Amino acid sequence: MKVKLIKLAHARSGDKGDTANVGVIALKAEFYEILKKEVTAERVKAHFGEMVKGPVERFEMPNIGALNFLLHNALGGGGTTTLKHDAQGKTMSTALLRMEIEVPDELFAGKD
Amino acid sequence: MKEFIRIASGQGYWGDRFDAPIDQVREGPIDYLVMDYLAEVTMSIMQKQKSRDPNLGYAKDFIRLMEVLLPELVEKNVKLITNAGGVNPVACMLAVREIAERKGLEGVRIAAVYGDDILNHIDGLVASGNELRNMETGEPIEKIRDRISSANVYFGARPVVEALEQGAQVIITGRVTDTGLTLAPMIHEFGWQWDEWDKLAAGIVGGHINECGAQASGGNFLAGWKEVPNMERIGFPIVEAFPDGTLIITKHESLGGLVDERTVKEQLVYELGDPRDYITPDVVADFTSIQLRQIGENRVKVFGIKGQPFTEFYKVSISYFDGYTCIGQLTYAWPEALEKAKKADEIIRKRIEYLGLNFEEIHTEFLGYNACHGTTAHQIADPNEVVFLIGVRGQNKKHMETFANEIVPLVLTGPPTVTGFGGGRPRVREVIAYWPALLKKEEVTPKVLTIEVV
Repeated sequence: MKVKLIKLAHARSGDKGDTANVGVIALKAEFYEILKKEVTAERVKAHFGEMVKGPVERFEMPNIGALNFLLHNALGGGGTTTLKHDAQGKTMSTALLRMEIEVPDELFAGKD
Repeated sequence: MKEFIRIASGQGYWGDRFDAPIDQVREGPIDYLVMDYLAEVTMSIMQKQKSRDPNLGYAKDFIRLMEVLLPELVEKNVKLITNAGGVNPVACMLAVREIAERKGLEGVRIAAVYGDDILNHIDGLVASGNELRNMETGEPIEKIRDRISSANVYFGARPVVEALEQGAQVIITGRVTDTGLTLAPMIHEFGWQWDEWDKLAAGIVGGHINECGAQASGGNFLAGWKEVPNMERIGFPIVEAFPDGTLIITKHESLGGLVDERTVKEQLVYELGDPRDYITPDVVADFTSIQLRQIGENRVKVFGIKGQPFTEFYKVSISYFDGYTCIGQLTYAWPEALEKAKKADEIIRKRIEYLGLNFEEIHTEFLGYNACHGTTAHQIADPNEVVFLIGVRGQNKKHMETFANEIVPLVLTGPPTVTGFGGGRPRVREVIAYWPALLKKEEVTPKVLTIEVV
């Protein structure tokens, strides 16, 4: 079944120049492997489409069940230069959590 | 040696809640209070203030805080470490001394850490072979050399430790890394050596958790923001540091907020690059080595941290003038709010063309519809209202001012049921852009000046 990433993960985002970082954290330890398999750099890049002009890098943090993404050239030139309302990419976190991923049917069986 | 020390975060950025550091001192025992005031753009603003008055160029809010808090810091023997000194730490130190003298705090030592400001040395540094290339784009410094408004090296914990060893109660720095403010007391108290990489890395992780204030203790907490009690008086994080590099993240019991593995994890990933390669002037920390364990209510143990030797470079933050921006806005109400806003956008863009205005970029967003989430946002059929935002960026100030005059006339000349123009003409802002670079460490030496109040 397909679910939105927000059912499996929480996240926080911020800026480093014109690069946004989004840390995606598994809500339960057992979700991490699913995130690792489903939330690839390529799919994140495709999810954001024209919002992310540069490449997407992914780093694995199995110690805290998290994936860290760097979205390059995503902030309209960066904090003080950008014309974007979300100048520092503070809301890129939940924009990424809108992404739909495939999970085993039984994962949320019997819940809502 | 103390069994452990408590290092409390008092502020995540210049403009953070004013009474948070006061609560940290009053609501329970702490040994150190660390406060971060600096961002790239802040340095440039402070440099401008200093050019008008050589006694300015630091965070004046910090002086306002010292008026309230300094006597209590002394009475409770809480040491304060802050980068509030901006581009003029010595002037900031003298301002704090004036308060200390007025309040009769004889014997108190105040230190300034400086030497990070290289604005007046750029030419010499470049002449002696330091390229100061933009570390993101690779461009040469010549491109912006005549437009530079501030230039600062990021120092680490070393000069702060030196100030602590000189017995300073209040340490006011220029551009010291946020993480260095928290690491320094651990080195000072526990006698850590400068090559004990794992311990130094642990201090950096503690610093990363402290550096954004309540972001580690329930503020901006996505996973459970509704569970966070008393956000109106949220407790900022406290790092309990142990001699072996183990940390416990907590907060004062009497204050609001929440510390659990989730709040700490969200802060750990904040503004993170490659987690194995968290570079600071003192150590390179490996964030994939961090282990977390909830050991009590609002208590998270952080341990297992690994570090590697530092690099031969300091990071340099250079800011420079890069033209102007202007962002205008109008609010359109139901029905057909989005269509009206889109029509307004079309009209403004045609006006820009008709008036012959040249911009590097024109950017439109519809707030309430897609401003935050752009193309990932879901469709809303018929929004109750939409805020039309249009921004332009360019080098020609006259064109900017003409653009600024084009927004409000739309109220009577464009689509109907429009409001939200109460602010009048939008402001034309100078753009201060940011140029990150690297500099060999031997090119600059941190300086420490400690004075005693008499």
